[in-house]
Amino acid sequence: MNYRLLYFAALSDAVGCAGETVASEARDVRALYAELAARHGFTFAPDRLRVAVNGAFTDWNHRLADNDEVVFLPPVSGG
Amino acid sequence: MFAISEVPIDVARLRGALEARGVGAVVCFEGRVRDHNDGRAVHGLSYQAYADLAQAEGVRIVAEAHHRYAVDRVVCVHRVGDLALGEVAVWAGASAGHRAAAFDACRYIIDEVKARVPVWKREHYVEGPSEWLHPEPGLRK
Repeated sequence: MNYRLLYFAALSDAVGCAGETVASEARDVRALYAELAARHGFTFAPDRLRVAVNGAFTDWNHRLADNDEVVFLPPVSGG
Repeated sequence: MFAISEVPIDVARLRGALEARGVGAVVCFEGRVRDHNDGRAVHGLSYQAYADLAQAEGVRIVAEAHHRYAVDRVVCVHRVGDLALGEVAVWAGASAGHRAAAFDACRYIIDEVKARVPVWKREHYVEGPSEWLHPEPGLRK
């Protein structure tokens, strides 16, 4: 399946771009993060990140559908 | 009202949005760009947001403030982009019949925005390269 990834802050720096479309065998958010972390060298453990799918917060067991927009959110620092 | 802004925050306009006939107290908070952090000299900040989700989460926080406190108006705007020293990065305000609700709501909004809204800060240091800040929840200031 294809997933649309958006990257922010340190994750964007690690990938070198603001987003990409990836073809993956991963079927849930946790498996997708493991795959991307290995490919891009992400150093955040999953418990330091939040996850959003299609613009809404969700959990690490969220089952993915083709063409979902997936965002792994590093710890926020607004204000 | 909550918004993410790519242009400088118009504080006077936001303060005006807090007015209502029954208001007896107005409390505002301005978060500004300072010239240092953790002992390092800073000459500017850049903020980045996941705009769609930041807007949705900010709207939820404002709704929560209305639900929790006896307020008339609640307003919060967060800047994104490149900011110079002294610029307003985030503005939160609450108006109410009495001061306690206005203070409590304003504090609630800024604390929740800092903890939950997907916005990230990059510090530009006088000496050395810039860095994104990704604080541990317990260490967030």
